[in-house]
Amino acid sequence: MQLELQGITKRFGSLVANDGISLSVTPGQVHALLGENGAGKTTLMNVLYGLLQPDEGEIHIDGKAASFHSPKDAIGAGIGMVHQHFMLVPPFTVAENVTLGIEQVRPGGLLDAGRTRREVRDLSHRYGMDVEPDAIVEDLPVGIQQRVEIVKALVRNASVLVLDEPTAVLTPGETQELFRIIRQLRAGGTSIIFISHKLKEVQEIADTITVLRRGKVVGERKPPATEADLAALMVGRDVQLRVTKAPATPGDLVLSVDSLVVPAAVSSVHGTPATASTQAPVNGLSFDVRAGEILGIAGVQGNGQTELCEALMGLLPVAAGSVSLNGKDLTNATPRARLDAGIAYVPEDRREDGLVGSFSVAENLVLNSYDRKPFARGITLNLSTIAANAMARIKEFDVRTESPAAPAGSLSGGNQQKVILARELGEGTKLLIASQPTRGLDVGSIEFVHKRIVEQRDQGVAVLIVSSELDEIYALADRIAVIYEGKITGFRPPDVDAAELGRLMAGGTDLPNTSPPEDAVSEWEAQ
Amino acid sequence: MTTTASPRLPDLLPGDGSAGAPGGARRFAMPATFLVFGLVDILLGARSHGSATLSFTPQFAKVTIPNLTIPADGTCYLCGALTLLLAVAALLPAVAPRAVPSLGNRLWRRVAIGVVLFLFVIALLAWSDVSQSSSGSEAIPINIVNLLSGSLNQSIPIMLGAITGVICSRSGVINIAIEGQLLLGAFCAAIATSATGSLWVGLVCGALAGSLVGSLLAVFAIAYIVDQVVLGVVLNGLILGLTGYLYNSILVPYGDTLNSPATFNLWKIPGLGDIPILGPVFFDSTVFLYITYIVLAFVSFALFRTRWGLRTRAIGEHPVAADTVGIQVLALRYRNVILAGLIAGIGGAYFTIGSVGSFGINMSSGEGYIALAAMIFGRYTPWGAVLAALLFGFTTQLQSILSSINVPIQSNLLLLTPYVVTIIVVAGLVGKVRGPKAEGVPYVKS
Repeated sequence: MQLELQGITKRFGSLVANDGISLSVTPGQVHALLGENGAGKTTLMNVLYGLLQPDEGEIHIDGKAASFHSPKDAIGAGIGMVHQHFMLVPPFTVAENVTLGIEQVRPGGLLDAGRTRREVRDLSHRYGMDVEPDAIVEDLPVGIQQRVEIVKALVRNASVLVLDEPTAVLTPGETQELFRIIRQLRAGGTSIIFISHKLKEVQEIADTITVLRRGKVVGERKPPATEADLAALMVGRDVQLRVTKAPATPGDLVLSVDSLVVPAAVSSVHGTPATASTQAPVNGLSFDVRAGEILGIAGVQGNGQTELCEALMGLLPVAAGSVSLNGKDLTNATPRARLDAGIAYVPEDRREDGLVGSFSVAENLVLNSYDRKPFARGITLNLSTIAANAMARIKEFDVRTESPAAPAGSLSGGNQQKVILARELGEGTKLLIASQPTRGLDVGSIEFVHKRIVEQRDQGVAVLIVSSELDEIYALADRIAVIYEGKITGFRPPDVDAAELGRLMAGGTDLPNTSPPEDAVSEWEAQ
Repeated sequence: MTTTASPRLPDLLPGDGSAGAPGGARRFAMPATFLVFGLVDILLGARSHGSATLSFTPQFAKVTIPNLTIPADGTCYLCGALTLLLAVAALLPAVAPRAVPSLGNRLWRRVAIGVVLFLFVIALLAWSDVSQSSSGSEAIPINIVNLLSGSLNQSIPIMLGAITGVICSRSGVINIAIEGQLLLGAFCAAIATSATGSLWVGLVCGALAGSLVGSLLAVFAIAYIVDQVVLGVVLNGLILGLTGYLYNSILVPYGDTLNSPATFNLWKIPGLGDIPILGPVFFDSTVFLYITYIVLAFVSFALFRTRWGLRTRAIGEHPVAADTVGIQVLALRYRNVILAGLIAGIGGAYFTIGSVGSFGINMSSGEGYIALAAMIFGRYTPWGAVLAALLFGFTTQLQSILSSINVPIQSNLLLLTPYVVTIIVVAGLVGKVRGPKAEGVPYVKS
């Protein structure tokens, strides 16, 4: 199916989200749509999927104009969409989710479960997706849930499949699996529209790359395009992809974690009590961080990183082991005591844990200090100081917001992260813990966040970075620790080969006294 | 730099005991409760003297079943001993997790709680039969058939109301207005039957009245996005006031023509109704009980086996997902809430044309709220809701039988029983309930 978008314009009030965008998708191709957050990628796809009506422009399918008033029309025309936030009903089985809306029924509206099950099996087998029809969706890992979404589209005979930021929630391994499936789909004649802001992935999978900026098409490239070229197109200026940083000069020992054990939470999400086999998410973990160095903890998501950070902040109880800061024991200290001791914390889930979305930017900027001078006066808040602080911080950290009074939840991800950094990086910071500091951010914001983190290190702050993005670990870390099933499987210098890290991330044991092979290191450096 | 391989510390970890057992102090809750029940059973035994008689024959029955006469104290002691045994058994996994196999832990817990309650009821019945102070005359045997059939019939409005609640919640709308649906159903059924002389017209009017309340709920909740809890309470207040006003201004002066409906006769199902004990309990009642059976079977089947059910559950869990696959979320919510109102309306009609025979102010007396509770305790499933409703009906009936034979317990204390038992059972059997995710959340297209 040949799909053409011609001069699509979509306005929201005074904001032009899509400004005369034209796009041509040829069958059996992977067409990447690259752009920063807010460039208009998702708006364009919502127009294509019938969720939004364009103000101008037309959609042509095989040369004929088509108009979609609802997703139903788009689905009928052979367009399938895998949303960034999955459109799956969590307590339903895979088969129920796939069949929803196009149920196979016997007379009387009776569900024909057997037929759906067979369809799911067939499709998932044909494209090498291992999806069990009777599994409950909420019990499945994110990667598999995504496959359910793909099956859902294929069952509806999609010949154009839109994937909106499909890798944002995936581990590197899952991403590779997804790419394998995409290639298989492409070989079968399906066109894929791959929306992303990750340059590497786009280069790896796309046949054509269209770059969007501020609602306009600013360029079209074929895959050999360099990262720098694409990044410049996306952002509109040259971007430093790698933070330049001087070698670290580690000073005194700041954070010392010794044989830390964080037990599993007593009640899990589904209300079923923990079973005997439940392993402690952090299970005897030790490391040190010195002043003026960045320790990067690499690992596949879900190996205890979240629990480690929360235990370091006093948000989870510790069963054994110790945590100390500058020689002072903090193992069982309250979060407040830890903040007072000079720990700054950038949590993994910025919307849930880093901000109060309905509070204003100004209020969020004093969440950790509202109760002391100069922001508090007796029992009242000193609103003018809070406002002045907000103006200064917004300027310093280049937070793009309408006003300091705007709710923090209305900001883009990158700007939310800037608000958190502006709050956390004050004077007296001794240790910065940042978990997934750039997850979901666009290139420009990543550059900004990384620069600030390195700046902190250079000022003598001990920095602990937890990230599942190897690129980020390489960009920031002076020393890399790999976490697997709640334990550190090894420490490596920052010039270590990615394959070696991958081995440790998969649970490979540390081999003492064996440095990584020389050629592997030089190969990495050559890249 | 060190890579520490410290030994795992499983013994320190909470929740690391036998699979499925609650952790912390909560694991002693069950043995402790059993212990209390066991001691109460034994205490009842110590205060009982003579023989208790249980009767299984309904009144006016042609075939009689011999009464069961048991030594009251012995029965109580036996029940107490068995309960204490269960308490010890329940204690084992709490103190020695590894000593007992964790086989079907959750199932075993439920069965144990059921058995303990059953033993307690037996002991209570035995004790009350010998302790009744019926003015010196010979003790009346406690009639088990009456107890059970009374429970069943008494529960009809709660069961039907709870099923209505299940359909609404599963569609994503909280229906607090069940109480109002019952009350208006009762009111309209009484008037319609009195005025037309036809019970069936009354039944239909009762159902429509429930549906009318459902329509109001749907319009305000779905179209005007009014907070559904506030809305439900307001509707209940509105209907209570409205029916009260109309009762005083119309039904009192014209009581003979407007508030003296006939009631449905008992209709024994041929064949099934003749089974001893079960027949008179389950198959010798008014049409309301049979409607309840049909509604229960139909709704629980439809909710989990049909296209309608799948879509209904989808819009209650994740309406956006349903919308993206072409399901009309709002239309389906309207339809479900309005149609479900019919069921509660029939439940309300039971009050006037199924049992009492006239309308009285606030005659639903909070049973709609009990239905709401039954729906939640029943984990938002039709069967669960009905079983929870029956439990409540049973304890209410037990309480009224005990107070009618003048057992030496203060009547106010007896009135507490349904609630106390409900709390114990819910804490022990039901645990954490997760409702439909989008329940009470209006669906607004952005």
